[in-house]
This record gives sequence, C-alpha cells and structure tokens, in this order.
Amino acid sequence: MTAIPDHGRRIVAAVDPGARALGIRPGMTITKARSFAPELQVVDAEPEADLEGLRRLALWAGARYSPVVAPDAPDGLWIDVTGCASLFSTERALLKDLHRRVAGFGLSVQIAVADTAGCAHAVARHVPAGRPVTILPGDHRKAIALLPISALRLAPAGVEGLRKLGFERIEQLIGSPRGPIAKRFGRDLHRRLDQALGFLPEPIEPIFPEALPQTRRGFMEPIATPEAFARVIRDLANDIVGQLAGLGKGARGLDCYFHRVDGHVQAIRVGTATPARDPLHLAKLLSAKIDTIEPGLGIEAMTLVTPLVEAMKPAQGESLESLRSTGPDLAALIDALANRFGHRNLRRAVPRASAMPERSVSSVPALGQPEGANWHDDLPRPSRMLARPEPIDVIALLPDEAPRLFIWRGKRHRVTQGDGPERLHGEWWRERGAEGELPLTVRDYYQVETETGGRYWLFRLGDGEHASTGTMRWFIHGAFA
Amino acid sequence: MHEPQVLADLRARIARIEGAGARYKAIPFGLDALDSRLPGGGIATGALHEIAGSPDLADDASATIFLAGILARVAGPVFWCLRWRDLFAPALDLAGLHPDRVIHVEAGSDANVLLAMEECLRNPGLAGVVGEITKYSTTASKRLQLAAEGSGVPAFVFRRASKPEQMLEGTAAMTRWRITAVPSEDLGIPSLGRPRWRAALERVRGGNPHSWIVEGCDATGRIALPAALVDRPAAAEDRQIAA
Repeated sequence: MTAIPDHGRRIVAAVDPGARALGIRPGMTITKARSFAPELQVVDAEPEADLEGLRRLALWAGARYSPVVAPDAPDGLWIDVTGCASLFSTERALLKDLHRRVAGFGLSVQIAVADTAGCAHAVARHVPAGRPVTILPGDHRKAIALLPISALRLAPAGVEGLRKLGFERIEQLIGSPRGPIAKRFGRDLHRRLDQALGFLPEPIEPIFPEALPQTRRGFMEPIATPEAFARVIRDLANDIVGQLAGLGKGARGLDCYFHRVDGHVQAIRVGTATPARDPLHLAKLLSAKIDTIEPGLGIEAMTLVTPLVEAMKPAQGESLESLRSTGPDLAALIDALANRFGHRNLRRAVPRASAMPERSVSSVPALGQPEGANWHDDLPRPSRMLARPEPIDVIALLPDEAPRLFIWRGKRHRVTQGDGPERLHGEWWRERGAEGELPLTVRDYYQVETETGGRYWLFRLGDGEHASTGTMRWFIHGAFA
Repeated sequence: MHEPQVLADLRARIARIEGAGARYKAIPFGLDALDSRLPGGGIATGALHEIAGSPDLADDASATIFLAGILARVAGPVFWCLRWRDLFAPALDLAGLHPDRVIHVEAGSDANVLLAMEECLRNPGLAGVVGEITKYSTTASKRLQLAAEGSGVPAFVFRRASKPEQMLEGTAAMTRWRITAVPSEDLGIPSLGRPRWRAALERVRGGNPHSWIVEGCDATGRIALPAALVDRPAAAEDRQIAA
C-alpha cells in the first residue's frame, strides 16, 4: 500500500490485491485503513517516479505496437491500435503479446479494446477479466451501459451526487433528459458520456522520445488531398535525412503523424530492412500508405519521427562501378514489398537439418541473412510438396515395391514405373512431429510415374515389423517435375 | 536486294513495331529446335510470359521446374510471388536455381500477387519475376507487359491448375506455354529415367504455335531433346499437332 499526504493527513494512494481484499480503497485515510489491518505496510507514494515509469512504458509500447501511444496518468496507457494489428497478424495476437509482456514486467495489467477511448477506459477499469477484453465494433454503447457511473471518469463529488439521485449505471444516464442534470453537475458529465459513446472526438496526443530526429510542418490552411500530403512527406523526408546525416545514422523505421484540425492524430508507420537515408526512398514508402489517412476537415500539421535509428553500414565507395556490380537496389524493393505485405511474408528458404522433408526447409528474412548454404543433396525432391501428406488408397503387389495403382482426391492413377524405397526415420528426440506421428516413425518413400507421365512422391508409414513405427498406411507427399 | 535479306529486314521492322524482343536480349534454351521458333532466339527478357501446367499437380510440378530451369541460366535475384505454400526449395536447387537467389513473396491473393509483380518489375537487374495465380484479366497482363518492357526484366505468370480451355483467353503475354508430363523412357529396371514433358508453345507473338517433347532440366537448368526424337522429321511433329 502506498500513501500520499493530503491536507495534513495521509490518505491511501494505491493498494495491492491483499489490501484490496481487506476492504481498503484508495482515498481512505491511513488511520481508517489501519483499523482494517493494523499490520499494514505503508510506503510513501512517489507520484513523479510513477509518472516517469508510465512514460517509459508508453515509449516502449510506442516502439513496439503503435505509433500513437500516450500515458494516461496516473495508471493508464492509451494505445491507438487502428491498423497496427497486421504486424502481429491479428488484433488478438497483438493484445495477447501486449498482455504477456506487460505482465512479464511484474505489473498487474488489464487491457480493453473498443471503438472509443472512453469505452476502453471504462471497460479496462471496471471489468476485471484478467485477460484482454475486446468490445466488438459498434458494441461500445451496449458495453458501457451496464457499467457504474464512476466508469465515466468524473470527479468523485459528482459520482456521489448522482448516486444520491438514484443514478447507478450509465444506461440510466443515457436515457434521462440532459438539461436538469447538466445544470446541477456541469457540462463535463455529458462531455465524458459523449466521448465514451463516440459522439465527441477524444484525441490521443502521442508521445515520442524527444532525442530522436524529428521534424514538423504546420500549415496556415489545413490540407486534405493525397497530393498535398505526398508533397509535405517529401519535404519532411528531406529534413529528416539532413538530421540523420548529421548523426551518421540511417532510419530503420519512420512514423508520420497527421494532426487533424479536430485534434485527432493519425499515423503512418513504415519500416525498412536496412538503415536507409535516401529521402526519395523514405518518401515513397510513406506515400504508399497515404490512403489510410482520413483527412476529415483537414490536416493542420504533420510530424515525421524516426523511432528507430541505426548506424549506416559503411557504404564502400558508392561509385558507378560498385553500383553496377551489386546489381539492383534490393533493399529498397524489399522495403516497398514488406510495407505492403509484411516483413514476415518476404522470405528466403534455407536448409535445416532434419530427416523429415517437411521440416528440412526453414525460411529466413529476405535480407541480412548468411547466404551460400549448401543444399547439395542429390536425392530427388518434389518441386511441389503438399503442406500435409494426404492419405491415399493403393493397390500394391509386393510389400516392398511401389504400388501399382493409387487413388488420390478421387482420381485413379495407374503406376507404370517406380523407384524406391528411400527410408527416412522420424526424429525420436521429438515428442510429436507433424501430423502427430509417433516418435519412432519410419517412412518408406517411393517415386512413381503414372501412365500419363506424372511423377508423384508416395510413402508408406512404418517398417512393417514394429507397430510403433507406423500403421503401414500410404500417403502422397508431393509431385515431381 | 536479295529476297531473303528483304524478308529479314521486314521481319526486323515488324518485330520493332510489335516491340517484341527489340530492346533486350533473349534467354536461349540452347536447343535449336526451340530457339529458332522463338522471336529473338529464346525467352525474351523485358516481356511477359505465361506458363501453365494442368489441374494435375504433377504437371504444375513439371512447369515449375521448366521455369526454374529458365531462371537458373540468368544471373540475379528472382522474386517468386506466391499464393500457396507448396513450392519446395530443394527441387529448385536440383534444377540449378540456388534458393539463395529466390525471394518468396507470400502475397496471399491473385490481386496481391499482381501488385507485387508490378512492384518488382519496376526494378532493373532482376533475373526474373514469377507470379503464381489462378486467373487474371487481359488488362492485368498488359500492365505486367508494360512494366516488364520498362525494366527489361522477364515476367512469368504461372497459372496454377489451369484447364486447357482457359488458354483461349486473350493476353498481352509474349509467349504462352503449357508444360505437361509425358511418360518417360522405360529403363527396364526399377528406377526412373529423366522426366519427359510436352512443352507446348500455345501462343507466341510474331511466331507460330508449336509443341515439343523434351527431357527435364539437368543440374544447370538445361532441357534436352530425347535422343530417339532428335532425328524425327519436324513434319511428323507438325502433323501430330494438327491432328
């Protein structure tokens, strides 16, 4: 439990779950709290240090999840995850990652996602689910209707007054006439209500580290066209590249903030595969995402920040000869593709030591990974491999020969020639591999050619002697050239 | 002027008007039988080519290696834009296309594959750009053709599980190939010989369709003509196609 001084007495600032279970709440006097539990440990609160910690947490979340992050003192964090889920494939994955990591810092955390900031704020503080809560788009009204009045971020006196009038839950407030209530409790009440319901905008003013290269342009007249944005982005990119050059660094990521006239801030985030300092390239990456910005009534200022800088790789003589020998600007192309399709969808294949063919290839990022891996293995391998071996029905004459006929996806394939078997042993040190195979799996692979000339890769599970090696079923795993 | 010279001159002029292979070199197969029927003497760079197998997976697999063989003989990185994850890299290596050179772009849908291809095609110096799709429009093919002409990079649209009747659709592609497996030579022992394909050139700008039986790629990506067929008169081949 922590305590802060208040008008000559000391009151409770924050409590841990144990104290909360005893009925101690923030706002009580220490004397009253001690009457619940005399052995209470009281620590002086450090609001400045807490605020600084919150700020650091916000900067961390800003680098990892979304460009638009702001601390919400004393104990909250705003994160605008609009359009940021693609980095984690789904919003759910993003929330899970956020929850896991913040909990890993030793903080108790409650996460809520909703259409409006007010709704997310209310749900996060009043629905102790213990896991991220997502309010589906359009459901925010339903979600906050059931919550208590105090969820609206009002002054404690107002909440008390409303309670005396019989208002307990927000739905009562939504349904009652506004005039009389506003007269007594002020306009703030309905402003908070409208923000939670999405009738009033609630801008999040993002924070970012001041030390980073950044540049800002304000406009006399708000701008709203993609062409104008592209122009400003070019100017901003030129400025930022000047700053980066002074530092001897290159940008690995860029955030461009669009400040709308109604105070709303939207952002574009792009990343690069290698430190970049070419204004044209950076501007092109940003411009490709302009269509995600909703200009509304106009943008009055734009800020470009580089949250991630790295020392430039020493460019050895950017002369014409070296350009010619290094070939095309792969890094620029890969950045352009990655910002559209995601870095994880740009891969290169590398061999991996594994007996099972489906595990013998792993993929690595397209750039910056060691090359020259030796694939040379003259065993035949199919050019198209099924993600999962599919069971087939076969007619085989002899147990150790390729089948004479197999039926796959309802089609009969008569086999004219075959080669094999190539015996592959499962990796006994793995508990369970793909398709739940047994640890002692044995596969006998056969290459067969059908009467039309098509070549397929079939295998039989098991060695025919030990039941633990497989069931003797036949599968198809791919097709050859 | 001698008559053959006039003809050659006219052909060159027509080729220039059609924009076919006039500005960039072609990638030869190294087989006279094929190269002589292709304008520029091979697979033209800076142009769009269509390659298809059939709904049979084995034919798509053959077409994959046919394509890998072409790309294996050009220097530079290859961008392979995918919708499906069934491309198996070790087989590319066996055809001479080292997987280090191949960057897989998992674009997810036909529309995204086309977008990714266009983006890649704007960069000169690539060995080639491959896109695996099921369907695309004539307009999309024109866009790719123009992008390829601009940079000199060969573009290959690989139509997966393509049915023969789809080949009647219009296209701006320079060539259109259909690769299907045919029975290989029976070695008489329980082993498989070199694979054989029917490489059907179904459409070629500034040339006539033709079809060959070829043997699959060796470790350097070269296809070959089967020994027994090398001496067969071309006329017989033509009759077979006409039939």
